Amino acid sequence: MATPAFSSISTARAALQQGTCSSVDLVSDLLAAIESKNSALNAYVSVDREAALAQARAADKTRARGEGGTLCGIPIGVKDVLNVTGQPCQCASDILKGYRSPYDATAVARLRNQGAILLGRLNMDEFAMGSSNENSAFGAVRNPWDTDHVPGGSSGGSAAAVAAGIALAALGTDTGGSIRQPASFCGCVGLKPTYGRISRFGLTAFASSLDQIGPITRTVADAAALLTAMSGHDPMDSTSLDQPVPDYEAGLTGDLTGLKLGLPREYFLDGIDSEVDAAVRSAVAHCEKLGAEVVDISLPHTKYAIATYYIIATAEASANLARFDGVRYGAREAGQDPLDMYGRTRAAHFGPEVKRRIILGTYVLSSGYYDAYYLRAQKVRTLIRNDFEQAFTQCDALLTPVSPTPAYRLGERTADPIQMYLGDIFTVTANLAGICGLSVPCGFTQAGLPVGLQLLGPAFGEETILKVGHAYEQSTDWHQRRPGVWAGGADV
Amino acid sequence: MSEEYKVSIGLETHVQLKTRSKIWCGCANVFGSEPNVDVCPICLGYPGTMPVLNREAVKLTVLSGLMLGCEINRYSKFDRKSYFYPDMPKNYQISQYDKPLCLGGSVEIEVNGKKKTIRIHRIHLEEDVAKNNHFDGASGVDFNRAGTPLMEIVSEPDLESADEAFAYLQALKQILVYGGVSDCNLEQGNMRCDINCSVRPESQEQLGTKTEIKNMNTFKGVHRSLTYEIKRQIDELRKGGKIYQETRRWDDEQGVTKAMRSKEYAHDYRYFPEPDLMPVVLEEAEIEAWQASLPELPATRRQRFISEYSLPEYDAGVLVAEKAIADYFEQVAELSGNAKAASNWMMTEMMRVLSDRDAEIVDLPITPAALGALIKLVDDKVVNMPGAKTVFAELVEQGGDPQAIVDAKGLAQVSDTAALDAWVEEAIAANPKSVADYQGGKQAALQFLMGQVMKASRGKANPPMVLDALRERLGAAG
Repeated sequence: MATPAFSSISTARAALQQGTCSSVDLVSDLLAAIESKNSALNAYVSVDREAALAQARAADKTRARGEGGTLCGIPIGVKDVLNVTGQPCQCASDILKGYRSPYDATAVARLRNQGAILLGRLNMDEFAMGSSNENSAFGAVRNPWDTDHVPGGSSGGSAAAVAAGIALAALGTDTGGSIRQPASFCGCVGLKPTYGRISRFGLTAFASSLDQIGPITRTVADAAALLTAMSGHDPMDSTSLDQPVPDYEAGLTGDLTGLKLGLPREYFLDGIDSEVDAAVRSAVAHCEKLGAEVVDISLPHTKYAIATYYIIATAEASANLARFDGVRYGAREAGQDPLDMYGRTRAAHFGPEVKRRIILGTYVLSSGYYDAYYLRAQKVRTLIRNDFEQAFTQCDALLTPVSPTPAYRLGERTADPIQMYLGDIFTVTANLAGICGLSVPCGFTQAGLPVGLQLLGPAFGEETILKVGHAYEQSTDWHQRRPGVWAGGADV
Repeated sequence: MSEEYKVSIGLETHVQLKTRSKIWCGCANVFGSEPNVDVCPICLGYPGTMPVLNREAVKLTVLSGLMLGCEINRYSKFDRKSYFYPDMPKNYQISQYDKPLCLGGSVEIEVNGKKKTIRIHRIHLEEDVAKNNHFDGASGVDFNRAGTPLMEIVSEPDLESADEAFAYLQALKQILVYGGVSDCNLEQGNMRCDINCSVRPESQEQLGTKTEIKNMNTFKGVHRSLTYEIKRQIDELRKGGKIYQETRRWDDEQGVTKAMRSKEYAHDYRYFPEPDLMPVVLEEAEIEAWQASLPELPATRRQRFISEYSLPEYDAGVLVAEKAIADYFEQVAELSGNAKAASNWMMTEMMRVLSDRDAEIVDLPITPAALGALIKLVDDKVVNMPGAKTVFAELVEQGGDPQAIVDAKGLAQVSDTAALDAWVEEAIAANPKSVADYQGGKQAALQFLMGQVMKASRGKANPPMVLDALRERLGAAG
């Protein structure tokens, strides 16, 4: 195993261009790695070997003709919540057992248009509901750095696969931190783009006003490459915005001079894990050394974010998941009449966390409770958004921890959903405000678990946070460390 | 003497809009396809799909609002209305809750010569649902209809009888068809309504408890069900009973309304703003352009027909009832230069043909140009009325040029005095008794002699000239 399949998209792309390896080599190496390592991690839920190899052969031919897009022949793993024509799309739920997508998500189609190979489907929390990837009909995913620990969630399969070397890069989705938090737990780069930057068409909705698709990669440059390929207005998604798409890779200049980075004091609380706190503070100091100015910032409504998030997200989810009723697709339990059939089908095939959130969401939208919960949450959401707008008049980006703790043990928090929800405190705000956020590795605990630094930027401020993340990454070596289960042997 | 009761009826009328494609996707908006043919992942509610608003549906709703005198909301939005039913692909319907496209407005009706204004409460836009079909031991859902743009027009409870409700629906249909907003074809389910009905003693100010009758799809059914329901409610109150707020179902065969099980309608719809769609913001210029594109409405047109063409009120009403007929009439009137004759032809011969054949005027081979030319031939005395009716019958069958038909069938009117005199002499000689009767004072005998002359001429004689000739020859009646 010596192809750049275990390095980065940039390296693999260069090797393909130079002809030192083929796309078939890349895919074969990854398939072999998946074969040997996936059972320990449970990151992939399905891999279409033959289709992937066929796409790789086609990509090699395209490249031989001197054609092909920016990702020609590059294999990408896809979170099980995104539709890829002909592939299963089970959203890690029993209720969609046997379901196959009749169409491509727009983001997927755009990667395909650039020549990317859609290697396989990655495990996740059921319907993207969870922060530990323990809520999956396929079983929990394990953290490559310590398989007794969770990889984070809900894009846990994507992060674990990238960290373990069984995916070169992957797609995740982020509704309240579901890209950034697992990226942080697994030592990867995770980007949640601005709401409306990437089309949501084909993303099985959890919370429509919060969901975004984004990349989980080994380097910031790779995240930038995938962002460039997937971004832009889509006539199929009315909430995607018609903003110009820059070449995000070209913006990675490494130059931080003149940039003001804010430290929101509400994100450096007492309860935060001391090793996380230390790693993030040291990363902040490092950024100062790189030429950025660090300023103190306040985001006063942060303490209401978790409550606000879990009202809005569950309300939207309760409607979004209503379609899973056994009438047109997926699992069905027989009943005496349609309502009975729905009840039995949904009771039998949704997992407990999904049911909990549907019930919460149904409650907050119910007659008599709407004003007190949903309407009030929307008002607080506006205040949180205003906090950020205010903050970004004083600085270019914010530096915060991604999660108050590093990865915890499997089963450690499953008995206490509230405790699990509180772990999302630093990530849900970006979704509520619709801004962009990036997680980059910034250290390890003594136990050897990764810690992530979060960069938050204003709406359509991806260029700034990617530039800061890239400069930080390139002047540190956290992203080059590999876990014990690493599939790739020595890096190329 | 028992107290009299007042009736209050409000209608929620659902109208399918005449767009090419569905409201959220590109599937065809057509009727009559095989089941589940006009469908795609979007209108089937597949995971990951999203709606994209068809702007034409917004335009047609706003046009309806403009025709009904509504206030158009410059800022409008969509909301999710949640309920589980197999005809709902997503188990929520995208509708409009607190920011509908149109507010206010009214419809003019006339019942037994009495005119009345029925106020509109609001008009909103939503998606139609699928259609459930029930077979032996199983049910199937046909999603062709799912996602058809559906406009809901909610009236105020201003209607006070079944007749008024019927007239309201007819007036509404007429306006919407005029505006090209919908075909309002009831057989195809283009127009359906829910009825809210309550009664109260005349002395009572406050509205009585209402019942709702759901899913009526014929105007006749609305009339019959209301006639039943009004009587049921009054009878109930008269015998000291109580009206319960409930949803009732019309049983057309038995001719009664029946209470539905509470489980069937007790919904908490849990409305909240649709996060997949942006609010609809209408520009002033856009609304003005739509306003300018509106056709003349039936009531205005009727007044114009009366003043411009000097038509009797009744005739004007009949002619404007259907836009296609009114358009046809106006073309004939213009081409013939004789509105009175055009109206006569339309009111008699044309209406008879349309009703005998149950046909649409646009489907007949006879064009307005042909009918206009035919009227001219009559006015120019090229053909007489009996001949013209023969030509008309031919035009209705296969169209063509009236002059050519007159020539081919030899229908040209004979006005040559010598020929007419010969036929007149012939008739007098052959009918001495009629001559005597006429001279003895029987006017009818002259008509008989006239008929004989027409017969001899095979219908081609110029009737007024024949009459003159007969009078001249026989002298005045005695």
